[in-house]
Amino acid sequence: MDYTFHWRPVFRKLPDLLQAGLVTMEVAILAMLAGVVLGLILALVRMSGMRSITWFAVGWIELARNTPALLQLFFFGFGLGAFGIHLSPFLIVLCGLSFNNAGYLAETFRGGFNAVPPTQVKAARSLGMTATQTYLRIIIPQVLRVVYHPMTNQMVWSVLMSSLAMLVGYRELAGETQFLASKTYRIFEFFLATAIIYYVIVKLIIGGSRLLSWRLFRY
Amino acid sequence: MDAASVFTGFQFSDLRFLADAAGRTLLISVLAISIGTMLGCVFGWMLSVARIAGDATLGLLLDVFRSVPLIIQLILFYNFFPIIGFNVSPFTAGTIVLVFYTSALVAAVARGGIDAVPLNTRRAARSLGMTYWQDLRYIVWPIGLRAVLPSWAGVALGVLKDSALVSVLGYVELLRASQILITRTQEPFLILAVVGAFYFALSFPISRITARLERRWQYD
Repeated sequence: MDYTFHWRPVFRKLPDLLQAGLVTMEVAILAMLAGVVLGLILALVRMSGMRSITWFAVGWIELARNTPALLQLFFFGFGLGAFGIHLSPFLIVLCGLSFNNAGYLAETFRGGFNAVPPTQVKAARSLGMTATQTYLRIIIPQVLRVVYHPMTNQMVWSVLMSSLAMLVGYRELAGETQFLASKTYRIFEFFLATAIIYYVIVKLIIGGSRLLSWRLFRY
Repeated sequence: MDAASVFTGFQFSDLRFLADAAGRTLLISVLAISIGTMLGCVFGWMLSVARIAGDATLGLLLDVFRSVPLIIQLILFYNFFPIIGFNVSPFTAGTIVLVFYTSALVAAVARGGIDAVPLNTRRAARSLGMTYWQDLRYIVWPIGLRAVLPSWAGVALGVLKDSALVSVLGYVELLRASQILITRTQEPFLILAVVGAFYFALSFPISRITARLERRWQYD
């Protein structure tokens, strides 16, 4: 083994890496929020049974779930150029991840809504609750319980997928690492440091979600 | 040679190039899924037997594969092999990483499957005179498999799609092939759509078959 590890460049650039880690968190959270909103709409559209718009939701969901996330990212990056639409690297990543998250979350939400027996809605309504009350007090709390764990998983996936941004030229954690690694030639050292940062981010998300679930689902 | 002749449009023969690349995507995914699943079942069994000690050692190790982006794992390992004196091809490095990645995901699934078998059923099997391995083979395997087949299919489909990331190492699979064609034809939308259709054709049937199997097994 005639390779000497050089950790000094990594330590010197550690603030940059941590800063990039925040960018990763930011883009992952934004994509997750957009994914939740879009996923909710897709799930409701798919369950609505209106033929004219269901095909759109089904198409979105199946495309998002059956093609690689990287392909979806490339589509937003290069494919849209054919229509004269050129997004910035940040928007490419945000659109790609939101598209993917929405597809997966739509199926999660559909499962969640199906888990609440329809008789409960009738029972709530016959007890004199309004439609809004029924949703807020009967349906949403039960759906939330079912989809909470899959949503945590999706948030983790959102962070992991955001690393694909380095292939479309966005400098979040992975992109920044590639930039620094190619500048200093310490590829292994930089990517090991980044792997550790990703591990910590993921553990923080899972830990935070567990704390929140204790608070949310006490009974 | 004028500039226009450098770029040639998308031709029929390019479909064969893409089909070859799809074959390589399929090859690396099938290798990763089959070896990774076997390894993952063993790991899952070890986790279910060793409980706390297993969680603290093997579980922690497998957790790393699930908590670090695959693309980082690939670059890390591809650059690690030369350090310890091996020169590996992108295909070998990609396959090794994908195998361990798959095994880490399958281990969690397999453990869930083993835990899904009621302990009383297994005690009954042992009381009937079955050995430990007979119990595992004839009781735990069929019951556990039915419980976790959908999760396993999800993992397999995920690996099929994640195999696209091996392209960063330079292995010419479907996605890399699309990049090569885009550079030549300058028709990104068309080619990405065709490649998307290839991926869809590979993964959609699997999800349908497992969905059907799942339904059929419910009535036994």
